Amino acid sequence: MADETTTQRAPEGGAPSSSGPRTGGPRGAGAQGAQGGRKFFRRKKVCKFCTEKIDAIPYRDVRLLQGFVAERGKIVPRRLTGVCTEHQRRLTRAIKQARNIALLPFAARY
Amino acid sequence: MERFYEVMFIVRPDVEDADLDKLIAGFEHTVTSGGGKVRSTEKWGRRKLAYTVRKFNDGNYVLMTIDADGNLVHELERRLRVSEPVIKFITVRMDEEQKRIDKIKAIRATRKKVSAQAVETAAAAETAEPVAEAAGA
Repeated sequence: MADETTTQRAPEGGAPSSSGPRTGGPRGAGAQGAQGGRKFFRRKKVCKFCTEKIDAIPYRDVRLLQGFVAERGKIVPRRLTGVCTEHQRRLTRAIKQARNIALLPFAARY
Repeated sequence: MERFYEVMFIVRPDVEDADLDKLIAGFEHTVTSGGGKVRSTEKWGRRKLAYTVRKFNDGNYVLMTIDADGNLVHELERRLRVSEPVIKFITVRMDEEQKRIDKIKAIRATRKKVSAQAVETAAAAETAEPVAEAAGA
């Protein structure tokens, strides 16, 4: 009993102080395979659509959308992918449309 | 004010190719007889679905781009819903999006022209300068 409480306490004590970089790093590396970095700061990340000047984000383009969808099918937040607000909104719309037409799953890998 | 739409629908995988063509022709006929125009029809072929739809795991995807008004789209959707081989469909309105894209492209084209003119004048100035220098010296 005493062991259980101590083991529970220790990760809790460690988590809040380093939860920022820890959750940011691996999740970032998981969501965007190209990054590979464990850096805390991701301010320099630019919006992929703004730099490549992609105008439209069609729901049919599954390969493009899959880069912004996590393994379980969830939409990746823009603080991890670095997409700007306007494009994130369009991206979300396209992903939801693609989900409706069974190009992307609603929830995968249970 | 012609609106144009993109209709994508999934047909059951166990229909024959001939039946699929007949089905698509039927929908095209619906559009044309209702006063619309079919811009293009694209068959994506058999694809694995991301989740099970009506107990099927893959299906034939078909993409149709049509010029139509709202009532015709309503009618087309009704037919898609009623037709038995079609298991899923989605209609997306594309004309506003296309307008926006065209606007952006137009702005970008004018911007490029201005910068190209600036480059030209700079190049002309550069070529003029050495000539002046040679003449002066």
